[in-house]
Amino acid sequence: MNQQQNERALVLVEQDSKGCADINLKVMGAITRLREFVAVDVDLLVVGKDCTDIAVAAARVPNVRQVLVADADSCEHQLPESIVSWLADLAQGYTYVFVGATTYGKNLLPGIAALLDIQPVTDVVSIESASIFKRPIYAGSALVSVATDQPIKILSIQGSAFDAVALSDVSAIAPLIKINPPVAQSISRFISQDAAPTDDLPELTTARIVVSGGRGMQNGENFKLLYQLANKLGAAVGASRAAVDAGFVANDLQVGQTGKIVAPELYIAVGLSGAVQHIAGMRESRVVVAINKDPDAPIFQVADYGLVADLFEAVPQLLEQL
Amino acid sequence: MKIVVAIKRVVDHSVRVHPLPDGSGMDTANAKMAMNPFCEIAVEEAVRLKEQGHASEIVVVSIGAPAVQEQLRSALALGADRAIHIQTEDSLEPLALAKVLHALVKQEQPQLVLLGKQSIDGDHNQTGQMLAALSGFSQGTFASKIEYKNNELWVTRELDSGLQTLALKLPAVITTDLRLNQPRFPTMPNIMKARQKPLAVIPVEDFGLALQSRLRILSVESPKVRKSGVRVQSIAELVEKLRQEAKVL
Repeated sequence: MNQQQNERALVLVEQDSKGCADINLKVMGAITRLREFVAVDVDLLVVGKDCTDIAVAAARVPNVRQVLVADADSCEHQLPESIVSWLADLAQGYTYVFVGATTYGKNLLPGIAALLDIQPVTDVVSIESASIFKRPIYAGSALVSVATDQPIKILSIQGSAFDAVALSDVSAIAPLIKINPPVAQSISRFISQDAAPTDDLPELTTARIVVSGGRGMQNGENFKLLYQLANKLGAAVGASRAAVDAGFVANDLQVGQTGKIVAPELYIAVGLSGAVQHIAGMRESRVVVAINKDPDAPIFQVADYGLVADLFEAVPQLLEQL
Repeated sequence: MKIVVAIKRVVDHSVRVHPLPDGSGMDTANAKMAMNPFCEIAVEEAVRLKEQGHASEIVVVSIGAPAVQEQLRSALALGADRAIHIQTEDSLEPLALAKVLHALVKQEQPQLVLLGKQSIDGDHNQTGQMLAALSGFSQGTFASKIEYKNNELWVTRELDSGLQTLALKLPAVITTDLRLNQPRFPTMPNIMKARQKPLAVIPVEDFGLALQSRLRILSVESPKVRKSGVRVQSIAELVEKLRQEAKVL
């Protein structure tokens, strides 16, 4: 019997303060969907310095052929000047390259694609066939279906659009394969990075519940109310661009077209008007609650449950009743 | 330091556009057009670097139909020194745009190329990174702060996990995020002066590049609409609904 050759996919594994980031499991969810159309052998690639622990964690991702590990000084901080051309060389052996549509993936993927003379498809929210993908444009006002017959499909995956795969137990781990790391460059260098947050709240893009505040919170101090609510619900805290621009909270809390895209089971928008760019970041949430004192706020148009009320009365009541 | 700023003409951010009924694209006919907001921030940052004495010349470039000259004149009014219009009637994909910009960068030899991190129409977030890779320049994406220090640019980047600072040797490509600056409004005298500043037109064919589209657009559709639900009268009713009806608590 003639066996058709499998497609070969390379996944760039994103790391976070906890190790192997949750987005990788969403990317594997997208590959699970791709496998409805074609057979795919998947290699994971872990790049970093002292990243063995992360590679071991990645090896528990199911249905993976092998985990490639490049562990070297030159890989620390994964600076694009060091790793992009090396990644492009590596990607030549594959027919698909995947990464999450996060700031990590967005920083690296386009350069890899350009060096391979490939036009990538970024922010993929749906896989329609082995070569047809959907992505949002105009802040999510439309979805475009694109087809590509390029020899390598280079894709970034919008995590909120796919279900995460579950990790295997330790008995089903993929082999780790050490590969030659890139040569270090000297045209950019790392200076500093914010310390990882110390709270125990879940990560914004994968949390089951998200509590978001807008300009109506009035200041950063008042966000404590939302953190109390988040603690009680096991939720992550998000914010509108207006709240971030006003300096109430850090930029990494921003939900929207240019911030994070979330799709939790429950999204609670507090004192948040609901600009188009914000709704682009949360429209796929299953249940949306809006609390706002302005009955005409656009957020009510997308809310399953709307409460017209002063948030400084409503949120403390909500805390009491939960 | 010579700076090239690449800008794009897009539908104004305040205009809501919808897919055409036949799904062939977006209905942008008669829509108000403007400079992409991230590109405006890039122009503003270039002007500030010049005001701080770190830039000798600001060259602003846009690729597209003759109408992009309107946005080039706006950038000149904000403080750019000269403009280059690379003319094409085709709507180019990010890879093609990056190839054209790469060719231009070889001619112009800037020490810094500033671009918006994404355009608010295609939302690709690709062109700057592609240009950096093709030209071998250092790369600072999603910049919320840029400082010139001893012949390097220190760039603070907005990441999903917080802020990261890198030191970039020149030449560099930097893409701008929203909080980098608040662009100024052009003054009437500067708008008048902008009309006299040089604006060169180069047909894209002059670069001799293969720029054909790699992606075929099959359809453009509206996302499924979220219907607005019900108004509740109290927190008690809300909690009751979330528990009994939505079953999310």
